Amino acid sequence: MQLRDLASQSLWTLLLAVTCTAVITACAAQTQAPAEPAAVASPAPAREPFSSTYDAGDQGPPVLIRNATVLTGTGARIDDGDVLIVNGRIEAVGQSLDAPTGAQVIEAGGRWVTPGLIDVHSHMGSSPSPGVLAHSDGNESTDPVTPNVWVEHSVWPQDPGFEAALQGGITSLQILPGSANLIGGRSVTLKNVPATTVQAMKFPGAPQSLKMACGENPKRVYGRHDRAPKTRMGNVAGYRQAFADAKDYVAKWDKYRAELAKFEKDTDKDAIRPIPPKRDLKLETLAEVMQGKILVQNHCYRADEMANMLDIAQEFGYKISAFHHGVEAYKLADRLAKEGVCGALWTDWWGFKMEAYDGIQENIALVDYPKGGCAIVHSDSEEGIQRLNQEAAKAMARGVRVGLDISPERAIRWVTSNPAHALGIDAQTGSLEAGKMADVVIWNGTPFSVYALADQVFIDGVLRFDRSKPATTPRSDFSL
Amino acid sequence: MKYFSIAASAAAACLAFSTASAQDVLIKGARVHTVGAAGTLENADVLVQGGRIADIGTVLAAPAGATVIEAKGRELTPGIFGGLTQLGLEELSLEPSTVDSELELTAPAWQHNWRPEFDITPAFNPRSSLIPVARVEGVTWAMSTPSRNHSLIAGQGAAFTLDGRFDAALEGSKTLFVNWGSDAIEGSGGSRAAQYMLFDQAIREVREPNTAGEGALLLPEGRAALKGYLAGGRVVFEVERAADIRQVIRYAKLNGMKPVISGGDEAWIVAQELAAADVPVILNPLNNLPNDFDRLGARLDNAKLLNDAGVRIAFDYETSHQAGKNRQLAGNAAAHGLPREAALAAITAVPAEIFGLGAERGRIEKGKVADLVLWSGDPLEVTTLADLVWIAGNPVEMRSRQTELRDRYLDRLRAK
Repeated sequence: MQLRDLASQSLWTLLLAVTCTAVITACAAQTQAPAEPAAVASPAPAREPFSSTYDAGDQGPPVLIRNATVLTGTGARIDDGDVLIVNGRIEAVGQSLDAPTGAQVIEAGGRWVTPGLIDVHSHMGSSPSPGVLAHSDGNESTDPVTPNVWVEHSVWPQDPGFEAALQGGITSLQILPGSANLIGGRSVTLKNVPATTVQAMKFPGAPQSLKMACGENPKRVYGRHDRAPKTRMGNVAGYRQAFADAKDYVAKWDKYRAELAKFEKDTDKDAIRPIPPKRDLKLETLAEVMQGKILVQNHCYRADEMANMLDIAQEFGYKISAFHHGVEAYKLADRLAKEGVCGALWTDWWGFKMEAYDGIQENIALVDYPKGGCAIVHSDSEEGIQRLNQEAAKAMARGVRVGLDISPERAIRWVTSNPAHALGIDAQTGSLEAGKMADVVIWNGTPFSVYALADQVFIDGVLRFDRSKPATTPRSDFSL
Repeated sequence: MKYFSIAASAAAACLAFSTASAQDVLIKGARVHTVGAAGTLENADVLVQGGRIADIGTVLAAPAGATVIEAKGRELTPGIFGGLTQLGLEELSLEPSTVDSELELTAPAWQHNWRPEFDITPAFNPRSSLIPVARVEGVTWAMSTPSRNHSLIAGQGAAFTLDGRFDAALEGSKTLFVNWGSDAIEGSGGSRAAQYMLFDQAIREVREPNTAGEGALLLPEGRAALKGYLAGGRVVFEVERAADIRQVIRYAKLNGMKPVISGGDEAWIVAQELAAADVPVILNPLNNLPNDFDRLGARLDNAKLLNDAGVRIAFDYETSHQAGKNRQLAGNAAAHGLPREAALAAITAVPAEIFGLGAERGRIEKGKVADLVLWSGDPLEVTTLADLVWIAGNPVEMRSRQTELRDRYLDRLRAK
C-alpha cells in the first residue's frame, strides 16, 4: 500500500512523504508580520514570489450540456437538466436552457453531471510516483515544528498521479505536508492541470492551510530518538509552545509597527528609526494562522484528541477547518457540526494502528447526520483519489442501510462543495451555480457506481479530459 | 428504508438460527451466480444440507425443519476470497506485539539461514477482531501469508476458512511465498542478479545436500521444506516487471515448481507466455501508476488483457483490514473491460483453483462446501452490501466490533 497515512511496512518511507496546502496568490502581500513595508524601493514586482501563474487556457465557444441528471453540489438534483458554460464560468443551470449562438451542445441524455471533484488530502507531487528515495519530499521530519516549510516547494508537477486523478474527475486538490511533525508546514491547493511549474497549477486566490498532526505519528517519529514529543502530552505541549511563541512574535511586530508609526509622524529630528524584529518564517506562519489568513487542516484520529485540539484552537484563537483521517469523528459528530469543523474521512480504512482501531464504515454518514454536519471523503492515496466517487458511494450505502436518508444529491457534497468549503474556495468552485468556475464532470452514468467513468472533465470551462479521445489525455513527462 | 428493513430481517433471521449448526437451508428464488459451467441461473433455488450444497433447481422442496430464505431475485454468489492477507496473523499493523506473520532475519542475505520452513499456520488466530469485519462483507476465506519483508523466501502460508473455527486451515492449500524484483532487493543482497544467484545456491543445497557446507543458506529443516516445493509444489512469486515474470516462469519450471505470479503489474506485456505456461496471476487491478521502476507499464486494463489472452486471474488488495475491498477491485476491472463473470470468478472460483481448493469451494455446485453470500444488489457494485452470509452452511452472525461501535454512537446521535 502506498500512502495510507503512515501505515504499514514501508513506514519509514512513508514518513518521508508529506502533504501540505496551497498558497494564495497574494499571500505575502497580505501578511502583516513579515516584510518590512517595502523600505527597499524597488519597482513593483510583476508578481508575488510563488504566486499563481495559472492560466485556464483558451476558452472556446459556450458549451451547453443537455438533458443530463445534474447534481449541483448544493444538495439539489435536476433531472433532464442543462448546464451552460460561458467563458470558463457556469452561466446557468436548469432545464431547457437555450443554446447561445455558436455554442457547442453536448447531448448528455442518460449521463450524470457533477461539479469537479475536490480532494482535500493528497500528497501528489511531494510523494510522487515513482516512489524512489530521491522523491522523499513529503515530511521535513528534522524538527517536530516546521510551519516554515511550504509543501509546494516539494511538488513535482510531473507526477503521473495527477493525470490519473483527472480521469477520475478530480479538478482541484490540496497537497499537504505529511504527518511526521506536530506542525508540518503550509499546504497548497492546485487546479489539476498539466504544467511545468507548480505555480502554473496553483488555484488562484486559494488560501494556504497549515498541516498539524495529532497522535501516534509525531510521537513515534521523534520519540524513537528520545526527542520530544514522545507522548501525547508531549504533543500537546509542542503545539501550545509553538503558538505561545507566535503570540510573542505578533506582539513584537505590533510594538514595532506602533513605534514606526510614531517615528514617521514624529517631527523630532533626533528620533531613532525603530529596528524591525528578525523575521521568523515559522512564527510568521503561525501568526497568519491566528489572523485567520491560513486555515488549519488537522490530522487527528481519536475523538478525545480532537477535543484537545479544539481547546488549543480556542486558547490561541484560531479555527480548525477540518480534522483529517478522523476515524473516530463519528463519536464527536454533533460537536464538530456545532463548531463548524469538517471531518475529512475515509470510508473503510481502519486498524492499521491503534488510533485507527475504532474506524467504522458509517463514519462519513454519521458525521453528515447532525444539522450543519460537514462530511468530506478524502483520499491520502494516489489510488483513492482516482475514485473518490466510489468511496462516497460506499459511504452513502452504509448510511442508507442503517436508515439514514442520504440521496446522491446529498452525498455528492462530500466530494465537491464540502471540500471546497474546508479549503476556503467555496465561493469559486465546488458547486454548479451561476458565476462559479466551470469545473464540471460528465459521467457515463451515476457516479455512485463502481462502473462509473468520467467521460469529460472541464476545468475553468476548458475540456481537460475526454474519454472518447485517448490521444488527447494528458501525459506527464515521466510517462513518456 | 428498503435497505434497512432487509438488514433488520437479515439480522433477525441470523439470530434465529445462530444456535443451530449446519441446519438445512433452502434459498428460494435467487439469481444464482454458479461461477461454473451452469453460468448464472435466474429465479433458482439452492438447497444446503450438512454444510454442503445438496441441490440447485427451479422449484426445490424444503426438507422438514429447513430454514427457508426468500431471496426475491437477489443475487447469490460463492463466498468471496479475501486475497493474500495477514488475516488471523495481525490486529494492528504498526504494533509488533499484534503481528505474527514475519520471521525477522537480521544478517545479510548471503549469510542468512534462509527459513522456507517458516510456516504461519499454527499462529493463525480465528478469533481476531479483523475476521468478523471481513466476514460480514461476504469474505468467507482468504490466504494468510507470511509478510514479505526480510528475506527472498518469506515462508509458507495457507488458505483459511473464516467461520471462527480453531482448526481453520484448508487442506491442500499450503503455499511457499517468494519475493522477487526491486521490492525484495533489501533481502537479497542488493540486486536482481543476486536473487538468481542465491536461489540457485539454495536449490543446489536441496539437490546436493553434501555441498551445503559452511555458509549454507538452508538448515536441514529448510532443505526438507524446499524440497517439497521443488517437486511440483505451489510457489507464489511476488513480482511486477515483465522481464522478471518471464524469468520466473522459466526458472520455476526448470526447477520443478508450480509458479503463481502475485503482483504482476506488467503481466499484460507477457500475457501470451503466461497463458502458454498456464501460470495464473493474482493482481490488484487498481494499480495503474509507475510506483517504482518495476511497474512502468502498470495500467487499468491489465486484468482484461490477461483474461483476453487466456491467463487465469485472481484479485488481491493486499490489506487484511480491508479484505472486503476485493469485490470493489473486481467491479473496477469490469468497468475497464473485464467481463463481469470473469471479474466475479477472480474473487471466487479462480483463487480457489489456484490454491488447490477448486473441488471444494469457489463455485455454487452440487457437493461443494456451502460458502454463500446473498447480496442486496449486483455483487460487484460498491453500493451493494451482503445481506446474508453462510460458511459451510452455517449462517454468519452479521455483527462485528465495527457494527457494535456504529450502533452505540448512532443511537446516541439519534437521541440528541
